[in-house]
Amino acid sequence: MSPRARAAFMVTCLGDLFYPEVGERIVRLLRALDVAVEFPAGQTCCGLPLFNSGYHRDAAEVARRTVRLFEGSEAVIVPSGSCAWMVKHEYPGLLAGSPDEAAARALASRTHELSQFLVKTLRVVDFESDVHGRVAYHDSCHLLRGLHESEAPRALLRNLAGVEVVELPGSDECCGFGGSFSVRLPEVSTSILDRKLANVEASGADCVVACDAGCLMQLRGGLGRRASRVRALHLAELLARPRATRAGGGPRA
Amino acid sequence: MSDTAPELATPFRERAGKALKDDFLQQALEIATTKFITLRREAFGDFPAGDALRDRARAIKEATLQHLDRYLDQLVDNVERLGGHVHFAATAEEARDIILDIGRRTGARMAVKSKSMATEEIHLNEALERAGITPVETDLGEYIIQLAHERPSHIIAPAIHKTKGQVADLFARELGRPVPADAEALTAIARAELRQKFLDADLGITGANFAVADTGTIVLVTNEGNGRMVTSLPRVHVAVMGVEKVVPSMTDLMVFLSVLAKSATGQKLSVYTTLVRGPRRACELEGPEEFHLVLLDNGRIDQIAGTLREALYCLRCGACLNVCPVYRQIGGHAYGHTYPGPIGILLTSMLKGAPAVKDLAHASSLCGACADACPVRIDIPRMLVELRREVSEEKIAPWSERLAFALAGRLLRAPRLYRLGAPIARLLQRPFARGHTIRRLPGLAGAWTRTRDLPAVAPQTFQERWPALERERP
Repeated sequence: MSPRARAAFMVTCLGDLFYPEVGERIVRLLRALDVAVEFPAGQTCCGLPLFNSGYHRDAAEVARRTVRLFEGSEAVIVPSGSCAWMVKHEYPGLLAGSPDEAAARALASRTHELSQFLVKTLRVVDFESDVHGRVAYHDSCHLLRGLHESEAPRALLRNLAGVEVVELPGSDECCGFGGSFSVRLPEVSTSILDRKLANVEASGADCVVACDAGCLMQLRGGLGRRASRVRALHLAELLARPRATRAGGGPRA
Repeated sequence: MSDTAPELATPFRERAGKALKDDFLQQALEIATTKFITLRREAFGDFPAGDALRDRARAIKEATLQHLDRYLDQLVDNVERLGGHVHFAATAEEARDIILDIGRRTGARMAVKSKSMATEEIHLNEALERAGITPVETDLGEYIIQLAHERPSHIIAPAIHKTKGQVADLFARELGRPVPADAEALTAIARAELRQKFLDADLGITGANFAVADTGTIVLVTNEGNGRMVTSLPRVHVAVMGVEKVVPSMTDLMVFLSVLAKSATGQKLSVYTTLVRGPRRACELEGPEEFHLVLLDNGRIDQIAGTLREALYCLRCGACLNVCPVYRQIGGHAYGHTYPGPIGILLTSMLKGAPAVKDLAHASSLCGACADACPVRIDIPRMLVELRREVSEEKIAPWSERLAFALAGRLLRAPRLYRLGAPIARLLQRPFARGHTIRRLPGLAGAWTRTRDLPAVAPQTFQERWPALERERP
């Protein structure tokens, strides 16, 4: 039988180097949803760090090879809002006027951030979690204001049995990561982070959930340094497997 | 005269670091920006037409800039028809000279001022003092700043960096008697001190929030009533405004007024909206004998066709400052220029060129909160990226940074080389990693680890795990 969908996984540089277990979970989760997952070889980084620092010629070359790498894929799944935004929002402009422009536009339209793919494309919101307790959701800036998504991750969290979603004051405020900003102005970046973590800890959450490896690196970095009992997790780390009990909730029969 | 503030002698990162350690500043910023954010959110929450009006306001700005010369001509004609004088200043220096000339010719000894960022931009107060004309700021915030010999740290709340207690101390020192740290009492004191100044002043100097081309009306949006006194009591009124502030008609003005106060202070309208049309006419009981409008270019016109064009839409509401995570941490003074915050970086580049903002261009996490809050939807993050691009491509950025990014660009295009990165990093991190965490790194990498843990490169990257994961396939 043919699968429900085919998807290529874009692991992202931070996901590849620092959070491979998140990528593994996503691949297994997608397979459990009857999605055939491929992983085009030769992936590096989407080029967002180059772009944001103003090195647009280099960013365009990185974009060009990413566009070609994913040329044959159907849907492309990205576990970070910022990288998904880069592909969807900036690739077409970076490659405008070049022979790759059309391919860049096509890639932009079939690239999905993970939570959006689950909720909006596959229309699956019921999962089971091995993590229990109170969770707070942190809106990553690029997912929230770039891709205008605040509901999909929250819907996924709300439907998890054993998980209580608590209100995070200032959930839409930046965590202070900002890519190279975090090391160009580390004191300011950390000061913004401190504010975020104070809100996280005051919320009573056992863990704070984000959909962006950059935010996770920042949040975990700060929580670890203050030896907090709160954990920072990627959304996928709470989605252990689809729940098959409700109509439309699980893999297709 | 130098446009450079003395604080610019220290690098931006140090100025920011100093601000982070200033407990008074931190306390004042936290209270004020949080209050502004809440008020703004509530104001637009109660106003369903808000989003459409923001789009409309943006469209008017776009269209007006396309024909700026035509609207300015119309404005000039109408102001002159009403008996006013219009002056065009290409630079800050020209603007100062025009105003000083007016002061000398009219024998002015004292000038009362209502709040104006344009006069801050041209450093007018220092020039007036040198010419023997005493400037008196009559906006409460500006009055405080003037007493403290400081500069505004916010576009609409110039003394936002001061706590009530600090203001009380300042007033006590000035008056030589104890003063309670109570907003109402402090306002009453300023009011009493300023009353006589309004009556004594020869010159009234204001900015302008808008100028309506087809009626020749200058519009001042204020909350304290001082604007009305400044424009009606002294013999001469001088209004200074950037050329981009012209709007075609009164109908257009209404669109801007409907979003400006909501964005700035969360008010439906400001307490006073003062419309000034030329000098006092026959049969009128009050108003100045002379009215002058100074139209200021100072780098603006060049940007109509430049990358910073959208920054010319700015209404100076300050909403982007209040929501900016960086501004909220460091306040306005650390930026070191007349206009602070995210929009301030763009305006500073417009006024002084990209080299002046080579560090400030990076003083943003690009979180996008500014663009979201902007009443005319200026894409500030996008233009900050464009500024960064200029800084890198014009080789304003240090060579070491350009080399590092050039190497990174190469590496990200060479997957075989890239894959070697992980094993090399695992070797290098060995002395520093404890389990999955690195708590301390030497040199430049310490910028992260001084305050945050860094994840160690995984024992097996995702790419290294993929062959096994692929075999799992059902």
